Amino acid sequence: MKTELTVNGKTVSLEAEPNTLLVQALREHMGLTGTHVGCDTAQCGACTVIVDGDAIKSCNVLLAQMAGKSVTTIEGLSTADGQMHPMQQAFKDCHGLQCGFCTTGMVMSAVDLCTKHPGASEHEIRELLEGNICRCTGYQNIVRAVKQGAAQMKA
Amino acid sequence: MGSNDFASLPYIGEAVLRKEDERFLTGAGQYTDDIQINNMVHAYFVRSPHAHAIIKSIDKRAALAAPGVVAVYDGQDVAADNVNGLPCGWLITSTNGEPMKEPPHPILCQGKARYVGDHVAMVIAETLEQARNAAELVDVDYEVLPAIADIRDAGKNGAPTIHDEAPNNHCYKWAIGEKESVDKAFEQAAHITKIDLVNNRLVPNAMEPRAAIGCYNRASDEYTLYVANQNPHVERLLLTAFVMGLPEHKVRVVAPDVGGGFGSKIYLYAEDVCVTWAAKKLNKTVKWTADRTEAFLSDAHGRDHVTHAEMAMDKDGKFLAFRVHTDANMGAYLSTFSTCIPTILYATLLAGQYTTPQIYVEVDAWFTNTAPVDAYRGAGRPEATYLLERIVSRAGWELGLSQDEIRRRNFIGEFPYQTPVALQYDTGDFHQCLNKAMELADVAGFDARRKESEAKGLLRGIGYSSYIEACGLAPSNIAGALGARAGLFECGEVRVHPTGSVTVFTGSHSHGQGHETTFAQVVAARLGIPVENVDIVHGDTGRVPFGMGTYGSRSISVGGSAIMRAIDKIEAKAKKIAAHLMEASDTDVEFANGEFTVKGTDKKVPFAQVALSAYVPHNYPLETLEPGLNETAFYDPTNFTFPAGTYICEVEINPKTGETRVDRFTAMDDFGTIINPMIVEGQVHGGLAQGIGQALMENCVYDRETAQLLTGSFMDYTMPRADDLPDFKIGHVCTPCTTNPLGTKGCGEAGAIGSPPAVINAVLDALAPLGVKDLDMPATPHRVWQAIQHAKA
Ligand code: FES
Ligand code: FES
Repeated sequence: MKTELTVNGKTVSLEAEPNTLLVQALREHMGLTGTHVGCDTAQCGACTVIVDGDAIKSCNVLLAQMAGKSVTTIEGLSTADGQMHPMQQAFKDCHGLQCGFCTTGMVMSAVDLCTKHPGASEHEIRELLEGNICRCTGYQNIVRAVKQGAAQMKA
Repeated sequence: MGSNDFASLPYIGEAVLRKEDERFLTGAGQYTDDIQINNMVHAYFVRSPHAHAIIKSIDKRAALAAPGVVAVYDGQDVAADNVNGLPCGWLITSTNGEPMKEPPHPILCQGKARYVGDHVAMVIAETLEQARNAAELVDVDYEVLPAIADIRDAGKNGAPTIHDEAPNNHCYKWAIGEKESVDKAFEQAAHITKIDLVNNRLVPNAMEPRAAIGCYNRASDEYTLYVANQNPHVERLLLTAFVMGLPEHKVRVVAPDVGGGFGSKIYLYAEDVCVTWAAKKLNKTVKWTADRTEAFLSDAHGRDHVTHAEMAMDKDGKFLAFRVHTDANMGAYLSTFSTCIPTILYATLLAGQYTTPQIYVEVDAWFTNTAPVDAYRGAGRPEATYLLERIVSRAGWELGLSQDEIRRRNFIGEFPYQTPVALQYDTGDFHQCLNKAMELADVAGFDARRKESEAKGLLRGIGYSSYIEACGLAPSNIAGALGARAGLFECGEVRVHPTGSVTVFTGSHSHGQGHETTFAQVVAARLGIPVENVDIVHGDTGRVPFGMGTYGSRSISVGGSAIMRAIDKIEAKAKKIAAHLMEASDTDVEFANGEFTVKGTDKKVPFAQVALSAYVPHNYPLETLEPGLNETAFYDPTNFTFPAGTYICEVEINPKTGETRVDRFTAMDDFGTIINPMIVEGQVHGGLAQGIGQALMENCVYDRETAQLLTGSFMDYTMPRADDLPDFKIGHVCTPCTTNPLGTKGCGEAGAIGSPPAVINAVLDALAPLGVKDLDMPATPHRVWQAIQHAKA
């Protein structure tokens, strides 16, 4: 089955089994392994990508549902010349990551969160990050990173 | 170079941003599951749905006929190929002199399955989906046996026997201390405090599930195993020497980027062996990645103790003697380091920060029909700290002493200090830690905050915990005498390139700890070169000479010290080269700030020039001076290191719902010298999240009758999320470690060790006015609410 969609700004046409998940299509068919799989219950958020402006868990949708849509993964977040997105930079500056496994999904959620709630308080940020689990950082530095990233995204 | 000189070097104590972050942040990291290799096939495991069952037959025919299936292997195939079971790395001897019971731990079940998730068969197919579908078609005929989940049932009369080799399901009975003198001391006691508690079983849940890829090269008869693992050399040693009977140099183990471990990736697992073995059998690359449910079922779990303890005191609350009996759950088989956790790593910590003169600890280890238990963040030390800090606070409450006072009265004040349970602490300042923690936590303002909470109908409590831990397990000869079957040194190789840049090959392994940055800081500081010029390589037995990996907060103290030793050798040789360049005697050459100088002259050459000269030895006295500037060192520490600290927690509880919120958490730690404070804080935050998780929500639950895992997904096992945790307050005290050249003590586990008792003590403090005296972790709303109802009744 063929699905046409846009991934990180490029139109692609993928031939895959109808039950292929978006995360599988990204990782296995397109080699975009920055999107990770941390669970099988859509609970951890490691697989978060942005589809038409909304952060979604890519382990929970089918590739076929993506026809005509625009998907941004962590690989598409930096500028073409390799400059990191302000949110990526904020995670680095604030030590918002350790093993890096949850990080790509966390950054995608954070970008979405700050786009929709640019003035979120610390408490709100913590609530809005509910869908992403990080086992390493204790979240404190992630929250700091999201705050800094939000400020820089506005700037 | 002593630790004091070291601590004053540039880069040391500086929050250098992490070198590894850019690749992680852009999705360019490479975890095992990210690796795609041509001609790769996929493995899926048929796992036992029963906790305890005889496997009467396995019919593979339908699975073998399914689309894409390449092979289906079961225990008979393994046995026919003489693949051994998984070894346990630590031999414990029982008090009666008998060795522990060490039943076989086959990589695929031999006639019997012993826990839900046990490996019954391996299906290999062209795609993962085909393997998974075919696994459904493997027809296993089970005869279900009665099972044991709870350790309290393991030794009961009439309990089913899990291993014929271990009658009564007993693995060992081990003890430390003088029972008779402890008993005598109890007779002198003015007061005895008793406690019964459970240290709840946890699932490590590194966010990256375990994964392994076995590759085989027929031309050279060599294997490569990519695996999410914390210590690739140990993995290789166990895999080759003990399980597969292969020469080590024929196997390369690569642990690329690893998405967290927390202990769960220390061990050699059945899946790792299976994919390696199958790779040769099939002459194909075989990949396996756990899904989260498999991780819940088959990663080694942590904790799971049941303990009764008694503290004897004089009338002033001075501890006279401590008596402990612990039952430890080993699970269905002995995982790699499982046996040393409730013994060597637990009992020896039970002096804590106190001068208790007499301690006796007895440990019974049992088999049950549950996943194997092994080290999880802190390993034995959290269990010890939880027990001790709970009983200390309770003793204080019983005697009417404040939580800080009962601790102060018993703190060790002079160092070195020999505890009655084998350890000798080199340095520490427990009073200072406590005082500074109380200040940072604003204990003085607690009463006012309590009143505010009360005005809102909420209960507020404050809890203390003064922990000590033993990091950098050492030295090898003592560990060996205690039953270790592996060395506890570390290896570092430093290669200085002709242009003066440096690559360091370390046997430590980073899976989130930021070694590429911290280790580079150490090397840059010591050589006086920019940190950008230092690259760190780890996690590959094909590149790193040797190593024992990362666990037990050993990396910087042991691994970093090995690198320092290698640099000492580099310096000694570089001085000879510099002497040659400056036409001086090498005994007159000094090295500081990246420059070699000749004593009493203004002659100098920079490090980079010496490096270049090492590789351009045109006018060398080659009979006495070899070209090149590479050195390797092995470092075996003389003692553990002893990080310590005081943690203070404040909780607010809604008595109507039992809901507990951590409102404030203060951690005051003494980690000795700190290389990178940003990374250290991050480690503490992560540890606190896991410790608070254990105290309030995390719990691995098996059904007591059937031994089915009831918490097998993130839907049932509560992981701490961002809004479950407060902003932590972190402070430091520094008494440098005296037994390594860096003065470092280790920081990775402290948070998980110190926090659970602080939280539970706070919960109990809050509930005290309602008459609640006891509560086991996790203090879920349901449990807290129930405790309140019981107290009322
Ligand atoms: S992998 Fe998608 S939410 Fe966990
Ligand atoms: S950085 Fe490791 S799970 Fe978040």
